[in-house]
Amino acid sequence: MTNRIENAFKNKPIFMPYFPLGYPDLDTSIDVIEALAKNGADLIEVGLSFSDPLADGPVIQHATQIALERGITVKKSLEAVKELRQRGVDIPLVLMGYYNPMLAYGLQNFVRDAAEAGADGFIVPDLPMEESEEFENALGKLGGRVDGDGFRYATNATQPPPSYRDHPLIQMLAPTTPPERMEKIARNAQGFIYLVSVTGITGVRKSLAEGLGELIARVREHTSVPVCVGFGISVPEQAKEVGKMADGVIVGTACVRMIGGSENPVEAARELTRRFREALR
Amino acid sequence: MTTTLLPTKFGNYGGQFVPETLMPALIELEEAFVAARADAAFQNEFNKLMASFVGRPTPLTHAKRLSEKLGGAQIYLKREDLAHTGAHKINNALGQALLVKRMGKRRVVAETGAGQHGVASATAAALLGLECVVYMGTVDIARQEPNVFRMKLLGAEVRPVESGTKTLKDAINEAIRDWVTNVRDTHYLLGSALGPHPYPTMVREFQSVIGREAREQMMMEVGRLPDTVIACVGGGSNAIGVFSGFVDDEQVELIGVEAGGSGIESGKHAARFGDPSRGRVGVIHGTHTYVLQDEDGQIAETHSVSAGLDYAAVGPEHALLRDTERAFYTSATDAEALSAFQTLCHTEGIIPALESSHAVAEVIKRAPRMRKDQVILVNLSGRGDKDLNTVIKEIGNL
Repeated sequence: MTNRIENAFKNKPIFMPYFPLGYPDLDTSIDVIEALAKNGADLIEVGLSFSDPLADGPVIQHATQIALERGITVKKSLEAVKELRQRGVDIPLVLMGYYNPMLAYGLQNFVRDAAEAGADGFIVPDLPMEESEEFENALGKLGGRVDGDGFRYATNATQPPPSYRDHPLIQMLAPTTPPERMEKIARNAQGFIYLVSVTGITGVRKSLAEGLGELIARVREHTSVPVCVGFGISVPEQAKEVGKMADGVIVGTACVRMIGGSENPVEAARELTRRFREALR
Repeated sequence: MTTTLLPTKFGNYGGQFVPETLMPALIELEEAFVAARADAAFQNEFNKLMASFVGRPTPLTHAKRLSEKLGGAQIYLKREDLAHTGAHKINNALGQALLVKRMGKRRVVAETGAGQHGVASATAAALLGLECVVYMGTVDIARQEPNVFRMKLLGAEVRPVESGTKTLKDAINEAIRDWVTNVRDTHYLLGSALGPHPYPTMVREFQSVIGREAREQMMMEVGRLPDTVIACVGGGSNAIGVFSGFVDDEQVELIGVEAGGSGIESGKHAARFGDPSRGRVGVIHGTHTYVLQDEDGQIAETHSVSAGLDYAAVGPEHALLRDTERAFYTSATDAEALSAFQTLCHTEGIIPALESSHAVAEVIKRAPRMRKDQVILVNLSGRGDKDLNTVIKEIGNL
């Protein structure tokens, strides 16, 4: 498999919508993501639902809550990713979800099943650099398994675990991240960097954070991977502004609201993608 | 990976599972805490407030009639119900509020279940001139009405939380969301030994005054260590506070009591350790610990007659104490707690909080099996005035 994430950044800035599987119901969400992919989205953040999404504002909370009430699970979400691949979706799909459901599934199994289903990477908002070793290890980046004391050994001496090294755990940076820490995170980043544009939770904001350009420039000093900006971008005009500075524009809440609140979600997804794609040209 | 000043984990438990936006705030908080702990001026200020404002040391009371009635061990009550604001929560709230002043922040947000931590936070904020916002689930607002009024009187803004299960768990989510948004000038005054590092360590430190006093009082007034120390465990701050005084005394048995709700088999409870089918190790609210959850890793709904124990996770240090068998954990049902509540009222003239009544329920089970020369120490973490509406509803008018 060629690296879909790298390929996606050939024509920058790219449009990266977020949509949670299972909302407003599983079948519709698969259709919506397919429509996003086939109408110009360059990379999709596929949302996994969690009962306590503490980095999310009311719109995404509500959507993922409905997805859970209608029976979405990690297993069904991974099957949906497989279905999307079978329908010919060939842009990168990055799974975005909180840590506990992944742990409950079993990290090794989760990473394996996600990769086999066709996911290209992972965003886990409650997994900062300090806690990401176990996840990185499940990706096979460190080789073998690390026990509680930090001792590393192959899970099975004769049969080393499969490696998913080309499936990055995307690192996030925030405006509050101090320079030294930013350097450390950025330097080890793979795939792309998810730069949170404002201090806060996901949601629509009227104006963009001041000093975003400067923030992006600071990140770029330490890394060559693309820098993508998310949180608070809701209309194509904002996306256009951000797109002048960043390599990718992440639109979550606005996507969920416009598509989920529409009578024809698939049509809304097409329309939304076209508008954002147009603005980013 | 990065170096923290203090260990972030208790064995495999604990850690810092939070969005990146909050990591710098946790690092700053740890630095401030470590510096304050080593600073005699800070310690003096804290100790002075503990004495002149909170009314410490809280007494140790020999529950003679209860001991006689049960016919076994001698029972001693550590009277945190007599601390200002009516519960142990004030120890931690004041400690953190002093830290907030030190860090130069001007606003605190807090979560509350039973309302005791909300009241303590509002009190500390009023005393030190800080702005205070308390998040509280609407289910809890309904069952702890007097405390809502108290918080408002003390100048705090109480923000009702309608999301999720509308209880403590969701109040914590909202408090964290506020904190993420306003982190530059806001401190999250977390009320239990929970959440990301350094909270579990810091909250234990501020609550360890309970254990230190209790140990000294046992030695002075009873002339010996207790055989058994019992405390209720929601997040676990009162328990970790009293346990910390005895954890190095290996002969002292430590027992934590979780909320058994309508019974473990009913599935309506908050017994993280008591229900192995759903209480599994996971991550919630920034910490790696035992969490009640379903097969898919979604956090389970919990139930307890006491709002303060009605929470899906337990503090990470308790998880380690349990694994290493240094402490043992059991549960008391709503019915047992309500019965213990009345027993303590009748025999000792003390109206305990429903949370603390869970600890008393364990005493009632355990004391008769012990000898008369043995001693149980119970942490009576709070008083029950706030619970009168609930109790009237549950047991009817007397």
